[in-house]
Amino acid sequence: MDSRPRKTPSLFSLYRDGFRNMTWGKPLVWLIILKLVILFAVLRVFFFRPAMAGLSEQEKIEAVSGRLTDVDQTQTTNNN
Amino acid sequence: MDVIIWSRLQFAMTAAYHWLFVPLTLGLALVMAVMETIYVVRKDEFWKKTAQFWMKLFAVNFAVGIATGIILEFEFGTNWSNYSWFVGDMFGAPLAIEGILAFFMEATFFAVMFFGWNRVSKRFHLASTWLTGIGATISAYWILVANGWMQNPVGTTFNIDTVRSEMASASAFWEVITNPVAVSKFFHAVSSGWVTGGIFVVGVSAWYLLRGRNRKFAVKSMLIGGIVGLAGSAAVMLSGDSSGVHAAEFQPMKLAAAEGLQDGGRGAAFTIVPGIKVPKMLSILATHDMDGYVPGINDILAGYTDNDGNVIPSVAEKMTRGRAALDALAEYRAARESDPEVAAAARAVVEANMQYMGYGHLSKPEDVVPPVGVVFWAFRFMIGLGMLIALVLLLAVLFSWKDKLEGKKWLLWIAVICIPLAYLCGQCGWIVAEVGRQPWTIQGLLPVNVAISSLSADAVRTTFFVFLAVFALFLAIEIRIMIGAIRKGPEEVKED
Repeated sequence: MDSRPRKTPSLFSLYRDGFRNMTWGKPLVWLIILKLVILFAVLRVFFFRPAMAGLSEQEKIEAVSGRLTDVDQTQTTNNN
Repeated sequence: MDVIIWSRLQFAMTAAYHWLFVPLTLGLALVMAVMETIYVVRKDEFWKKTAQFWMKLFAVNFAVGIATGIILEFEFGTNWSNYSWFVGDMFGAPLAIEGILAFFMEATFFAVMFFGWNRVSKRFHLASTWLTGIGATISAYWILVANGWMQNPVGTTFNIDTVRSEMASASAFWEVITNPVAVSKFFHAVSSGWVTGGIFVVGVSAWYLLRGRNRKFAVKSMLIGGIVGLAGSAAVMLSGDSSGVHAAEFQPMKLAAAEGLQDGGRGAAFTIVPGIKVPKMLSILATHDMDGYVPGINDILAGYTDNDGNVIPSVAEKMTRGRAALDALAEYRAARESDPEVAAAARAVVEANMQYMGYGHLSKPEDVVPPVGVVFWAFRFMIGLGMLIALVLLLAVLFSWKDKLEGKKWLLWIAVICIPLAYLCGQCGWIVAEVGRQPWTIQGLLPVNVAISSLSADAVRTTFFVFLAVFALFLAIEIRIMIGAIRKGPEEVKED
């Protein structure tokens, strides 16, 4: 049977003791860390530079409105 | 292949990969919450151990699936930058709410659920388990609000100065979050997750029974998993019905493609497979009227009158009006500082033709027809597999309820095979929804070839294969850990 909890643990101690006492979950935590590193330190940095990064708001407006109204370019991509 | 195809493939692969984890999270969360509730009510340690075992598999799925959705958001900024700018806060607001509210709620209670056994009260732990599932479900709602808006862009005001879509008022926000397409998508997607979770539990339990081990655990788990899955199947059918009605109303071309319907009409028949039709069934499904009008592909191209008497223009006319909107937008931008009168007149033209603006980018009317064969067969696989799984769930509930699974090896094997079929079924559903939407990223407003960033096809192709390798690696890890955990089994459960 469950022993009744002595008192409500703080969130910090819940996490601390939870990680300390992990058995089968430990590889999962390492897996999550590895995945986040790949996502944010590799993919995000080297492969996912936002296409309009570095442009001012006005430059972004000009870029998108230019693309919207450049129907000739669209027709070209339609025909490819 | 060009940059559009590679970008679409990359996004489709990422979304399909993400959807491998979400449905099991939604479904298993409900299964283990029900099991833990039985434990708290009956005070039977068996149910605690049973819930803990399924929680372990939930954790494996959660760990590998975590943050896969973030890659989609990366792709919006890199591959679909014009789209990202154009949608503005219509898309950003639901995703931000999802991140802040639902994710943190889910993550907080997830910790209590895993680390809180014997440290918090039973009832608080039970509440945390339920709230983990509810948090995941709320997350799904906000994502589907964003997706639903792409299918049916309601509540939008186009800001001609910033070329962004905006929510102009609180009522617009309400319109976006109660978008009928989003609501039916939410119930359809979440209930399909219950089906996936249910059949997963039934299939894994069937494997234990086939191996002759953990019998009580397997039979009881099969009953709970089967009930959850059956409830999901019923909800999938109901929400699928409303999805069909909404497709007929807001995306008739998607419905026509899903049916391979070239020429529509009143009392339209539903095609089960080519050559076998059910008279009037399509009209019933699409309009809830056996003589309701359902337009076919040719009708949509030529223009038609809908069931409410509204005259829907031909695609050629929509293209003319869309081109007028685009020309006026260019005129407005050229004249807004130098000639206010010309700018005001151009703005009026844009506003009058805004709903057809995307059509101005099409080369020919047939560009609005999605790949019919893909949508048609994906729709049939989805329905066929969904019905097979519902039947297996029903039999699993009946036989486990009466504890008469002895000698039913055929059912147990089918239940095991149904686990991958449930995933295939879900993927087919998304193919219908997203391939059927082509050529639009935002229905009627923005085609994919304008939404795309200026990137080289080589760059996107390279990243496509990088992601394919990364995704395959993590999927292989998940399957390996999951199978290891299943093989080890619920050792601590006391068998009678």
